[in-house]
Amino acid sequence: MSANSHVHIPKVGTLVAVWAALIVFTFITAEVATINLGEWNIVVAMLIACTKATLVAWIFMGVRFTSQLTKLFCVAGLVFLSILLLITFSDYSSRSWTHHAQPWATNKALGTSK
Amino acid sequence: MADTIAHPPPHEEEADLHVRHHFATAEQQMDASTLGMWTFLITEVLFFGGMFAAYAVYRQMYPGAFASTSQFMNVKIGAANTAVLICSSLTMAMAVRAAQLSKRGDLIKYLIGTLIFGSAFLVVKAFEYHEKYVEHLIPGPYFNPEHLAPQFLHNAQILFFLYFCLTGMHAVHMIVGVGLLTYLLIQAYRNVFSANFFAPVEMIGLYWHFVDIVWIFLFPLLYLIGRWHW
Repeated sequence: MSANSHVHIPKVGTLVAVWAALIVFTFITAEVATINLGEWNIVVAMLIACTKATLVAWIFMGVRFTSQLTKLFCVAGLVFLSILLLITFSDYSSRSWTHHAQPWATNKALGTSK
Repeated sequence: MADTIAHPPPHEEEADLHVRHHFATAEQQMDASTLGMWTFLITEVLFFGGMFAAYAVYRQMYPGAFASTSQFMNVKIGAANTAVLICSSLTMAMAVRAAQLSKRGDLIKYLIGTLIFGSAFLVVKAFEYHEKYVEHLIPGPYFNPEHLAPQFLHNAQILFFLYFCLTGMHAVHMIVGVGLLTYLLIQAYRNVFSANFFAPVEMIGLYWHFVDIVWIFLFPLLYLIGRWHW
C-alpha cells in the first residue's frame, strides 16, 4: 500500500528489550542510592534517569523514525528547559556573592534554617 | 451552484479517505500530527520543568532537611509503581504496533493492558497519599512526622509540598491519559483504526510515554534522596 510505505513498524523484540532495560535501570538506580557516593549520588541518579528517558523517547515514542523537523523540535524543548534551569541557578548560586542576599539564612525573624 | 463548490470531484490520488484535503499525502499528514503533538509535549516539559526547577533550588538550599525527610517516602511502593508504569509504556507501544498492522484484537488487548497498568498506578498512588495523611505528612499545621529532627520540621514541609505538587500534577496527567485510553478503546472496538488510520493511537501513545518519562525523573528525585542515610 503506497499510503503506508512511510510507516515504520517496530520489532516486538526491540520493544521488549527496551522494557527489560528500563526495569533493570530502575533496579540499579534504587540500589545505587543505598551507597554513599557523596555528590555523585545525584549525578548517577540523573544519568540513569536521562538514559531511561532517552530510551523511551527514541524507541517507544519513535523519535528515531520521525522527520528532521520533529527531531529539531525535541532538541529545542531541551534547549528551552536548559535555559530555564541555567538562569534559575545562575541567580541562586550567585546570591551569596553579595551581602544580605539570603534573608532565609541570616534573618531569624523568618524562622527558617540556621 | 453551491453544491459544485462544496463538493469538488475527488482527485484520483485522494482515494485514501483518511487523508484530509489540505494534506498532499498520508505521510505529510502524519508528520504534521507528530510535529503538533511534540510541540504540545514541549510545553509540558516546561510546565513540569518549572516545578523541577523549584525542587532543585530548595534541595540545594536545604540539603540536610531534604535528605532526612525522604526517609518518609515509601521506596518499595515507588519502585513498584515505576515498574508498573514501564509495563504500561510497553503495552502502549505494542498497541500502536497492533494498530499499524490492522490487528484489532491485539490493539484492544494491549489498550486494556495499558488501562489496567495505568489504573493500578493511580490506585497505589491513592493508598500512598492516604499513608502520608495518616502519618501527618501533609504540609500545614498538622505536619508532624515521627522521629524527624526538630530543626528540619519547617523545611521538611517544603519537600512534601513539592512531593504533592509534582506527583499530584503527574497523577492528573495519568487520569487524563486513562480517559484518552478509554476513548481509544471504544474507537478500537468500533473498528475505526487500521493501517490506513492510526494517528490517534500513536499521538495518545506519545502523551502516555511522556507521562512515563516525568515519573522516571520523579522517582529518584523524590524517593531516593539520601537513601544511604537510613
